[in-house]
Amino acid sequence: MITINGREFPARDGETVLEVARREGIWIPTLCHHEGLNPYGSCRICVVEVTAGGRPGLTASCTLPVSDGLVVETDSERVRRCRQVLVRLLLAMAPNAPVVRELAEKLGVTDTPFKRLGADKDGCILCGLCVRACEQVGAYAIGFAFRGVRRRVTPPFGKQAAACMGCRACEQVCPTGTVKFTESGDRLFGDTWQAELQVVRCPECGAPVGAQPLFGHVREQLDNTGIAVENLCPICRRKKLAGEMAAVCVQPK
Amino acid sequence: MAGGRGEVKELEILKKEGLSTLYPERVKISVGRATCGRAAGAEDVYTFLQDVVARRGLEWDVSTVGCLGFCQGEPLVTVQQPGWPRYVYSRVDRRLAEQIVEGVAAGKLPKRRLLGKIYSDDLLLTGEKVDLAPEGDHPLEKNPFYGPQVRIATRNCGYINPESIAEYVARGGYLALKKAVQMQPEEIIEEVVKSGLRGRGGAGFLTGKKWGFARAASGDVKYVICNADEGDPGAYMDRSILEGDPHTVLEGMAIGGYAIGAQTGIIYCRAEYPLAVATLKEAIRQAEKQGFLGDNIFGSGFSFRIRVVEGRGAFVCGEETALIASIEGRMGEPRPRPPFPAQKGLWGKPTNINNVETWANIPPIIMRGGDWFAGVGTATSSGTKVFALVGDIKNNGLVEVPMGTTLRQIVYDIGGGTGVFDLKAVQTGGPSGGCIPASLIDLPVDYDALTRAGAIMGSGGMVVMNERSCMVDVARFFIAFTQDESCGKCLPCREGTRQMLELLDKICKGEAEMSDLELLEELAYAVKDTALCGLGQTAPNPVLSTLKYFRDEYEAHIRERFCPAGVCRELFELTVDEEKCKSCGRCSEVCPQGAIVGEKDKPYRLDQDKCIRCRACLNTCRHKAIRVVPRRRYQPR
Repeated sequence: MITINGREFPARDGETVLEVARREGIWIPTLCHHEGLNPYGSCRICVVEVTAGGRPGLTASCTLPVSDGLVVETDSERVRRCRQVLVRLLLAMAPNAPVVRELAEKLGVTDTPFKRLGADKDGCILCGLCVRACEQVGAYAIGFAFRGVRRRVTPPFGKQAAACMGCRACEQVCPTGTVKFTESGDRLFGDTWQAELQVVRCPECGAPVGAQPLFGHVREQLDNTGIAVENLCPICRRKKLAGEMAAVCVQPK
Repeated sequence: MAGGRGEVKELEILKKEGLSTLYPERVKISVGRATCGRAAGAEDVYTFLQDVVARRGLEWDVSTVGCLGFCQGEPLVTVQQPGWPRYVYSRVDRRLAEQIVEGVAAGKLPKRRLLGKIYSDDLLLTGEKVDLAPEGDHPLEKNPFYGPQVRIATRNCGYINPESIAEYVARGGYLALKKAVQMQPEEIIEEVVKSGLRGRGGAGFLTGKKWGFARAASGDVKYVICNADEGDPGAYMDRSILEGDPHTVLEGMAIGGYAIGAQTGIIYCRAEYPLAVATLKEAIRQAEKQGFLGDNIFGSGFSFRIRVVEGRGAFVCGEETALIASIEGRMGEPRPRPPFPAQKGLWGKPTNINNVETWANIPPIIMRGGDWFAGVGTATSSGTKVFALVGDIKNNGLVEVPMGTTLRQIVYDIGGGTGVFDLKAVQTGGPSGGCIPASLIDLPVDYDALTRAGAIMGSGGMVVMNERSCMVDVARFFIAFTQDESCGKCLPCREGTRQMLELLDKICKGEAEMSDLELLEELAYAVKDTALCGLGQTAPNPVLSTLKYFRDEYEAHIRERFCPAGVCRELFELTVDEEKCKSCGRCSEVCPQGAIVGEKDKPYRLDQDKCIRCRACLNTCRHKAIRVVPRRRYQPR
C-alpha cells in the first residue's frame, strides 16, 4: 500500500509511483515518459514530494519504485513551484512546441523569464524519447553525444545514420516535432539523421509502404515464425485478405 | 605453498627488508616525488642528488617518498643518518641540496629552510616506536603546520617509498588484512560500524552500514570499488594518498572485499593522475607477487583481485551510478536510485563504493579497533579528515586534523593566516559546497556543523578567501564549473545551471535588476530540489550559501553597480588612499600600464584612463593604500 495525496492505494511490486497514480486517475504531468519505453527520468516534470517511507524530498515519479509505506504528494506547493520553474526552462528551449505550451498552460505558466540560449537546437528538449525508441526497436542508429549544454542527439560521429531502418519510431515519439522524415519519389529522407532510404512500393497499387531496410528487418524477425511478409499496402492487403477469406469461408451451395 | 606466498612468515621477511631500507645503517636522503613535489622541481633535485652522491663516491641512499603535505615548501627533502634525528627541509633547490650533502659529510647540517627534526617514528598500526635520536631542538611537532595534525589516513605519506611494499609492511602494513581474514565478515562490519567512520567522499554516509547492505544483498558475485575520480577544484587529498601510500588503499579494499563477500576490486582513478595510476599498478603487482592479493590470501581461502580503470575526465563520473556506467563502457551518466549499487551495481551485481580516504582508514580501524577510532574526533563525526588547504593562505598544503578542529585552528594555527588582507570566507566541499563567512571562524569542522552552516564536508577541498575575493564571482566560478561538467541528462541541471550562470554573468557585469536576484534564488532552489543526481542537487549550493551570508554584496552589484571587493571588472575603479600611501613605489613597479606614478614622500596618483583594473597594485600594496571605489561613469540606481 502506498499513500498518494492522503489516500491509500494498493500497489504491486515493481510498479512506479507514476504508474499507480495513472491507474488511480491522479494527474501527474510527464514529458519524457512513454508507456512503451523504459523510464528515463530526464525532464523531472513528474516530480512528487516524498514525505514519509523514503528519502524525503522531491523525486521523479516515473523512476520511483513503490515501496510499502511510501507517502507522496503530487500537488504540494513545493512540487507546483518546481514544476513551474522547469516548464519555464523548457519554454526557453522550445518556445513554439505545442506540447510545451500546453504543459505550461496546465501548470499556470504563460511566459518565461529566461533567455533563449542555444537557439540552434530547433526545439529539441533532449527528452531522449527518440534515442530510447530507436534503441528498443533494435536499430541503435542514434544516440546522445557530448555533455552538458553541448549535448545533442545524433547518429554516430555526426555522420549519416547508417543503421537507420526508416521505421520512423523516433518521429512518432518526438514530443516537439523536431525529428522529421520526408518522402520524395522513391526516397525516404530522415532529415534529422541525414538518413536516405529506398522506399518500398505496393506491388499492386504502387503506393509507398515503408523503407527498404525496415522490411528487411521485419522479415528477419519473422523468419522463424513462418509468417510471410508481403509488401502490400494496407488497402491492398485488406483486399487480398478479403479474397482469400471469401475463398475459404464462403462455401458454394 | 611455493615461496611462502601470502604466508605469515612472508610478512616477517618483508618487515626486515623494509626496516633495512627505512632505517639503513648509512645516510639516506629522501625526496618527496609526488606530483606536487615534481611540479616544484623535485625531479631535478632528485637526479642532482643522485649525481652528487655518485660523483663523490658516497655509499648513501637517495630515495623516493610521497608527499609530506607541506605544499607551500615543495620540494621537500628529508635527511636521515644513524644516531641523528631526521631533518626535514623545504623548498630545496640544487644549491641547498649541495649544502645538505656537504653538511652531512662535514657532520653539520644547514639550518636554512629546515622545517624541523623528527626524533622518533610512532607506528600507528603496531604501536611500536622507533627512536632515531634523543629528543632535542626544533622538533617537527613544534612546527605550527604539523603540530595540530593527527595523521591516520596519511600516516605513511612522505615516510615510505610508495614503490616498496617492504617499507609499507615495516610500518605495520598488511597486518590488518591478516587479522581480518581470521575474523568473521560480520565482526569486521561490526568493527567498522563501531568506529563511526563516515564516507570521506562527501556525503558522509556510515561506511559500516553501507558495507552491511552490500553484505546482505544476495548474489555470489559482488564488487568493491575505490572511487579515485577526485575532481573538486583545488582538492588533491586522494591523489596524495594514492601516490604516497597506495598499499593502504589496496589493503582496505581487500578487507572490505572479505567483509562484503566480493572477489574483485576496481579502482576507478582519473587518467589525469598518471603518477597515481602507475604507482597503484606497481603496488598491485607487488601485492600479488607477495600473495596479499590473489588466491587464498593468508591461507584463508579468500581470493581477491584488484584492477585499475582509468576515468576520462568527466567530473560527474565521481557520482557512483555514473562511475559504474563509465566502468561498464557506457556514457558516464547517472541513473536514478533506488536501486542502490549495494543491490544493483556494477554489471547488475551488488557493489560497494568508497572513496580513497575511506579505504585508507580501514587498516587502522581493524588494527586498533573501532572504539579507538571512534575516540578520535567528535561524537557524530569520528576520526580525522584530510583537507586540501588552499587559496589566500600562508601555508597551503594537505592537512589531516581530527574532526571537530575549529576553522580558526586550521586557518590561523596550521595555515598561518591570510597575511595582510583579512579573512572573508572559507569555501568547503568544492562545487557542491558552500562559503562559510569569517564570522563563523570558531565553527568546529565536522559533517553536521558544516551542513548546519550551509556548507558541506565534501571530499576535503578548503579554499580560504580574503577580503579581495568577490563572493558573487566565487559563486559564478563554481556554477561555471558545474554547468560545464553537467552531463546534460536532466533538464534542471543542464538548463538550470546554464540559466544561473547567465544571471550571475549579468550581475557581475552590472546589468542585472533586483528581480534577477529573486529569479536566481528561485531557480537555485528548484534545481536543488529536482535534479537527478548529486551533482545537480548540490550545484546551487555555492549560490545559496553566498546569498545567505553575502546578500549585501549581490545587492551592491545590482543596486550600486559596484563590486566592493574589486573583482568584477566593469564595476569598480581603483584609487590611491593618500593618507595610507607610504610612497614606497611598489604599486608603480607592478603596474603594467604605467598608470600609477609618484615621487618620494608624496602620495602616488592613479590615472583612470590608463588603468585596466588588473589589480596588480591592489594585491601588492602592503599598506592597503589602494582603494576600491565605484566607477564614476555609473550612477547608482
